[in-house]
Amino acid sequence: MKTSFLDFEQAIADLEAKIEELRFVQDDSAVDISEEIGRLEKKSAQLTKDIYGKLTPWQVAQVARHPQRPYSLDYISRIFTDFEELHGDRAFADDHAIVGGLARFNGQPVVVIGHQKGRDTKEKIFRNFGMPRPEGYRKALRLMRLAEKFDLPVMTFVDTPGAYPGIDAEERGQSEAIGRNLYVMAELKVPIIVTIIGEGGSGGALAIAVGDVVQMLQYSTYSVISPEGCASILWKSAEKAPEAAETMGITAARLKTLGLIDKIVNEPVGGAHRDHAVMAQSLHKALQEALRQVSGLTKAELLQTRYDRLMSYGRFKEQPVS
Amino acid sequence: MSWLNKLLPPKIKREQGAQRRANLPEGLWSKCPSCEAVLYATDLDNNLQVCPKCGHHNRLRARQRLDLLLDPEGRFEIGAEVVPVDSLKFKDSKRYPERLMEAFEATDESDSLVVMQGAIKNLPVVVAAFEFEFMGGSMGSVLGERFVRGVQIAVESDQPFICITASGGARMQEGLFSLMQMAKTTAALTKLSEKDLPFISILTDPTMGGVSASFAFVGDVVIAEPKALIGFAGPRVIEQTVRETLPEGFQRSEFLLDKGAVDLIVDRREMRDKVAQLLALLQKLPAVA
Repeated sequence: MKTSFLDFEQAIADLEAKIEELRFVQDDSAVDISEEIGRLEKKSAQLTKDIYGKLTPWQVAQVARHPQRPYSLDYISRIFTDFEELHGDRAFADDHAIVGGLARFNGQPVVVIGHQKGRDTKEKIFRNFGMPRPEGYRKALRLMRLAEKFDLPVMTFVDTPGAYPGIDAEERGQSEAIGRNLYVMAELKVPIIVTIIGEGGSGGALAIAVGDVVQMLQYSTYSVISPEGCASILWKSAEKAPEAAETMGITAARLKTLGLIDKIVNEPVGGAHRDHAVMAQSLHKALQEALRQVSGLTKAELLQTRYDRLMSYGRFKEQPVS
Repeated sequence: MSWLNKLLPPKIKREQGAQRRANLPEGLWSKCPSCEAVLYATDLDNNLQVCPKCGHHNRLRARQRLDLLLDPEGRFEIGAEVVPVDSLKFKDSKRYPERLMEAFEATDESDSLVVMQGAIKNLPVVVAAFEFEFMGGSMGSVLGERFVRGVQIAVESDQPFICITASGGARMQEGLFSLMQMAKTTAALTKLSEKDLPFISILTDPTMGGVSASFAFVGDVVIAEPKALIGFAGPRVIEQTVRETLPEGFQRSEFLLDKGAVDLIVDRREMRDKVAQLLALLQKLPAVA
């Protein structure tokens, strides 16, 4: 698969094009230019490292939305075995923007749930661009209850621009569906391990992101509103999105510093989309570690720790009332 | 007051108490935004800000809401000691502390939620009321903490919890902290349920976004005021996404009742009676006079 490059990667794109060209020439050339190719490849790698070493939050948001970034099903197929997708909310429909089911993680049965985006136009529409409707959240809820009944840990993968803002979604109770999930996840009696793998878009993300361990991939984002949305409300111009991204604090590094997430899972140089296999390996290790962390706890300890963590969210101060 | 002064750099400090918009005398007459009837302000006040001609419910301030619901005796406020900080150093066209200061001056409140313990017709309760005039009733860390403290006191004193919402959603100026308040507030309610204590959610105009999509709909009983705008996404966002005109009455209380999203619509003038009745029924208490 050919990498598609983002705006700020233009220099890398140019180098890669040149390397490609040289490779093509080399095939029917008597002169050995492999040394030159090697030199350029090294240069390209270094350039990628440099650029990715100092991404702005807005650039990170672009990487998080990269069209070749691995999606939930890519991770599920690489990390889990015996995946059986389970469909539907038993009330209205099967929402394709959320996938879930039973699977084995290192042989151990678990329930996996994730937002799912589409790769090509047709699939994007089928997955509704990863924006769930109420039935998607209710399917997720049903699977969480299933996990609780059979005492299986839940692993969720978050990657959505947000819950779908549509007429039908409102008619069927988008708000209630999200709120209900928050409520149930707060008291679900099995471990929940949450990984933000791409875009963590607002309430639509949070509705499957309350858990005992919350980790983020290095170039994923998690925010209360998209940078564009924030900019168009507060600056009255979506073009101020880079500023909004900066000030809201949407990157894994910033959120880790603020104490809102537990762990950052590093991505391959140049982002997860450059090497799905390596990314999946790192995530596998991180999930293993997270699972080990929570499996030692009794149910009561697990729930108390989760509750304490939820109650600890927020920054304020206290002063005598005048 | 002092905490706000400290929050602001000296150059943007205002003259103290120069103008408090909230305290300015209102006009003698006002026009109903719904039926355009010209109304005598006193009549409107006496009618709890409900238009006597068409029944349109104007928005109320948080403390007006509490006065409307609670008995006058034996109230005490919860969580007033919790006040906001600018943890992200957030700045758009204005700095966050500046916005907080303006909201404080306009409302005389230090954030967008007022919580009180008291009684409704002698039935003890804890009530939380949103102050929409304070930054659109947006939910940030202070709101979340006051809400949770209210719920905790309800749990400790074996009393029901009531929340009256009026909010545009999460407070963007607090970034992800504000999103997490959705999880925090909703999680606190699980403790209320563990003790079989009722949570009554009263949705008023408007109840949107992160507030709508967290605790608002997990009430044991969900009440809406007539014609209130209630929903997850704002009408404008939906219109831009689906590119069609929204149906008549979309996201209004009556629409929600029709779709099965709320239990009942209650006229503000009957709210106190209805809530008392529901509380008595849920707690197996004798009928309230």
